[in-house]
Amino acid sequence: MIDWSWIGRNAEEILDRTWEHLFLTLVPVGIGILISFGLTAIILTWRRAYGSITLAAGILYTIPSLALFAALIPVVGLNATNAIIALTSYTLLILVRNFVAGIDGVPSATLEAADGMGYTRSARFWRMEVPLALPVVIAGIRIATITTVGLVTVSVVLGLGGYGFFIYRGFQARQITQTLVGLILSIVLATALDLVFVGIQRRLTPWTRSRA
Amino acid sequence: MVWEQVVEFLGDAATWSGPGSIPGRLWEHVWVSVLATVIAVVLVFPLALWLGHIRRGAEVAGAVVNIGRAIPSFGILVVTVMLLLELGVSVLSVWPVLVALVALAAPPVFTNTIAGIQGVEPATVEAARGMGLTEGQLIARVEMPLASPVILEGLRIAFVQVIATATLGALVAWGGLGRFIVDGFSQQNQGKVVVGAILVAILAVVAEIGLSMMQKASTPRGLSPGIRESPNVS
Repeated sequence: MIDWSWIGRNAEEILDRTWEHLFLTLVPVGIGILISFGLTAIILTWRRAYGSITLAAGILYTIPSLALFAALIPVVGLNATNAIIALTSYTLLILVRNFVAGIDGVPSATLEAADGMGYTRSARFWRMEVPLALPVVIAGIRIATITTVGLVTVSVVLGLGGYGFFIYRGFQARQITQTLVGLILSIVLATALDLVFVGIQRRLTPWTRSRA
Repeated sequence: MVWEQVVEFLGDAATWSGPGSIPGRLWEHVWVSVLATVIAVVLVFPLALWLGHIRRGAEVAGAVVNIGRAIPSFGILVVTVMLLLELGVSVLSVWPVLVALVALAAPPVFTNTIAGIQGVEPATVEAARGMGLTEGQLIARVEMPLASPVILEGLRIAFVQVIATATLGALVAWGGLGRFIVDGFSQQNQGKVVVGAILVAILAVVAEIGLSMMQKASTPRGLSPGIRESPNVS
């Protein structure tokens, strides 16, 4: 059932699709992080915005990816910009929730200690709250990244798709090898990126290591 | 130009009646999604209840969540459909898509049920046991009601994900509302694509809001809804 030689014969195309999949994952997650920083800043200064921002992000998140790609076609066309806009919009709910939860999770005793040591409000934020929020912030980035890797496959309808290209072309040609290669590589990519973020977190927050 | 096509598509009589019409596709999409979710619940709910009750399953549930996130639902759908086609199931029947949707609905129901039951205060369970409740009564009268917000959350996540993935069914020859998007693509009819996209989006959002309201309404007084798993998009 599995045609192993297919993999060797298509190594070059697999590599090309790997770059496409990585690009379509990392660009939306990167832009999503930047937008979520902004939204989190708004929420931290104006708490009442939390409900409406998460509601809007939640509605975006609920829209099925095929529908969002399709709805964007008349606006931006059948291209990578379309995929990047749609995929970015899916990261916002997860990222904003985790960014805010990370900052909110800093114990009040820690904040009081910082105040007692004479930290200004902004020094306290950048040197205490942000580092202590990092594990939860990075947990959000990990979930957003894994989710995006999976959604990239649907962008095959835009002529993109990364590994999703193999999944779909395998179906059209009734070649299960191709479909399985696409599926498995997508899982491998999600897992690999997740491990990268675990590594980054361990470097950035050495104090969490002893707990593990 | 898009708007002209939208108006033309919506003005066509075939858009409103017959099996390929908007009501026909909507009905097809909804009943398959409901059926897939119900089958998933029947298959995994008893096991998850029991695992939660004996308080073994947190690790299993955690693994299911992590692995489930990394597997693209589009890939699961296509692979399941292809395997069933190899077994001789017709590409035009509903079975391949239904089986794939059941596979996608099962993990959130499973993990949230375990998490919900396991999240019930052990002291509460002990108190109920001390009052002479049998294990069956304990599950039915104490654990299930207290876990209901989390369990229903799992049901909501599962159903919304099934609605979303059923849209992709159109890419593997099935019907549903995704048909308009996929047919619109191949006919270069952007009006059809846009109408299909809006219908799918509305259906998903309505399902999400409806089930959230049901979840809130059925929460026992004194409990606030808990959040165990962030939903998956597809």
